[in-house]
Amino acid sequence: MKINLAQPGTPAEESMADTLGRCLGAFMEEDLRVIAMDADVGLGKMLPPEIINKYPNRYINVGIAEANMLGIACGLSFKDKVPFTYTFCCFAARKVLDQAFLSGAFGGAHVLMIGAMPGVTATINGGSHMAFEDAAVMRAVPEMTVVEPSDMLQGEQVLRMAKDLPGMFYIRWERKGDIRFYENGSTFEIGKAVKLCGGSDVTIIAQGHLCLKEAQAAVALLALEGIRAGLIDMFTLKPIDREAIVDAVRETGCLVTAENQNVLGGLGSAVSEVMAENEAAPLEMVGIRDAFGEVGDLESLKKRYKLTAQDIAAAAKRAISRKQKRRPGA
Amino acid sequence: MNSPCLSNAELIDLEIFAAQIRIKTIEMIAAVGKGHVGGSMSIADAVAVLYGSAMRYDPANPKWKMRDRLVYSKGHSGPALYAALAIKGFFPQEWLKRMNQIGSNLPSHVHARLTPGVDVSTGSLGQGLSVAVGLAMADRLDGRDSYVYCVMGDGECQEGQVWEAAMFAGNHILNRLIVLVDNNKRQCSGELKKINDVGDLGRKFKDFGFDVFEVNGHDLAQIDVAIRQAKQNTFKPSVIILDTIKGKGCSFAEQMADNHNITVNTEQAVAAVKILETRIDDLNDKRERGHVNEN
Repeated sequence: MKINLAQPGTPAEESMADTLGRCLGAFMEEDLRVIAMDADVGLGKMLPPEIINKYPNRYINVGIAEANMLGIACGLSFKDKVPFTYTFCCFAARKVLDQAFLSGAFGGAHVLMIGAMPGVTATINGGSHMAFEDAAVMRAVPEMTVVEPSDMLQGEQVLRMAKDLPGMFYIRWERKGDIRFYENGSTFEIGKAVKLCGGSDVTIIAQGHLCLKEAQAAVALLALEGIRAGLIDMFTLKPIDREAIVDAVRETGCLVTAENQNVLGGLGSAVSEVMAENEAAPLEMVGIRDAFGEVGDLESLKKRYKLTAQDIAAAAKRAISRKQKRRPGA
Repeated sequence: MNSPCLSNAELIDLEIFAAQIRIKTIEMIAAVGKGHVGGSMSIADAVAVLYGSAMRYDPANPKWKMRDRLVYSKGHSGPALYAALAIKGFFPQEWLKRMNQIGSNLPSHVHARLTPGVDVSTGSLGQGLSVAVGLAMADRLDGRDSYVYCVMGDGECQEGQVWEAAMFAGNHILNRLIVLVDNNKRQCSGELKKINDVGDLGRKFKDFGFDVFEVNGHDLAQIDVAIRQAKQNTFKPSVIILDTIKGKGCSFAEQMADNHNITVNTEQAVAAVKILETRIDDLNDKRERGHVNEN
């Protein structure tokens, strides 16, 4: 792993939706095993048209039939194909849990399940389309790897690594992701968290583009108040980087998690589990507090569900205060 | 090239194989005391044709790339498949004695990670046909000439995913996909007709773009001919609707109203096996007489 950090707020050259289409197109060109599958939510418009023209049999739109898409993908993988399935997060986990479990993980398949529009980024599609539970559900399936890349560069590498690793992957993909956290030359490993900066007072652990962006702004807000916050990009939710969590506990003595999903079963839970079995410290969880989604624009939804930089900074101060009560003078 | 039909001697061999599958299935279930007798018995003849005549496979090399695949979607009928695989030498017959015991390689529902010769894990009904479609798509992409078979239950056809997969298979003209439906008319809690009738399965599959063969699922020659015809099909996927009797050929189960998942004691097993062994003796005699006549 080698990390070259971008300046905070560096605009990306493309949206993560464009990254996904470009990468899958490139994979289809360079790796004949790769099949792009779509349950009629527009992957065909994201892939380069010349690739679809060149390989019409390797882009498969199954229609509105997610369970069937996943089953077919498993069958393809049993004959050494590498299928990427694409639909929205709300369908990618809820509608196919049994297929992902049985035909997939239990049966030893290798399918890259991409869920688009995680959490509140479903915006005006509203509560029916807001998946707050998808990563938690998939995390409970044995041998399922769960990732949520933070930017285009990391996303590209995650897709490539997942393509060549065994087993089932659930890949949360924030299509509108539009800033970079990492510069070219950075390399990542699935299962290894990225430390964007060290701190002495508190460590913020974030998952996904939206939360990492807000967390980065929170670090700046805290710095204005003389609080030194560390920041970790936990783009692999499972297997979680236990070492990074234990190190953060030792380094700063309290933590904040920030996730664009229900805190039940998600990142806050995963970090708590690691602390409970190793070293515990005060933890404040920023995320959806066991609620359904609703319609709105992204900025309003972030405020509505308390996912903003200000919310994360406030959580950091609560965590520090709890730490100080436990260990006066710390 | 396939010959048009089985010789008399080949047919007798298949009948013996089917009886052996039934014997081993009963013994396997009796050893653990309980199991899915009904569905294992109703599909036993189709399994005999698949492994005795239709499918291309190599027990010494179960992962052979050019093998035909069977997706055994009605996974609860595992015992009948295990019997066939053991007889054909995919694993030692000793394994059959430990079905469903802790650490066994033969779980109640078939599992690819545990059993040589099992390619796809099933047990949640309705999923297998989609996987079979994926296998057939991969063959087409790679230009392989293998066939993909999918064995389903009639009750399983109550699952919606079956029809998602059937629609796709028909639209994509997966002509090397051969589906066999064990139409035994009963499910876990009773008759399909009374619970949620699947209606005319043949007509439904036809509407989804399949060629439909309706045969007596306990007539090995009919099943064999249907599969041979399905293999020649270049325009459509095929479905063979097997008209079957749940519990067929198992003396104590066949007469029961409910034989889906039942306890089996030693006396029942011994009596049922004895009848089947007598049948095998008769078949052996018949074959020898046939040889005498041919000579």
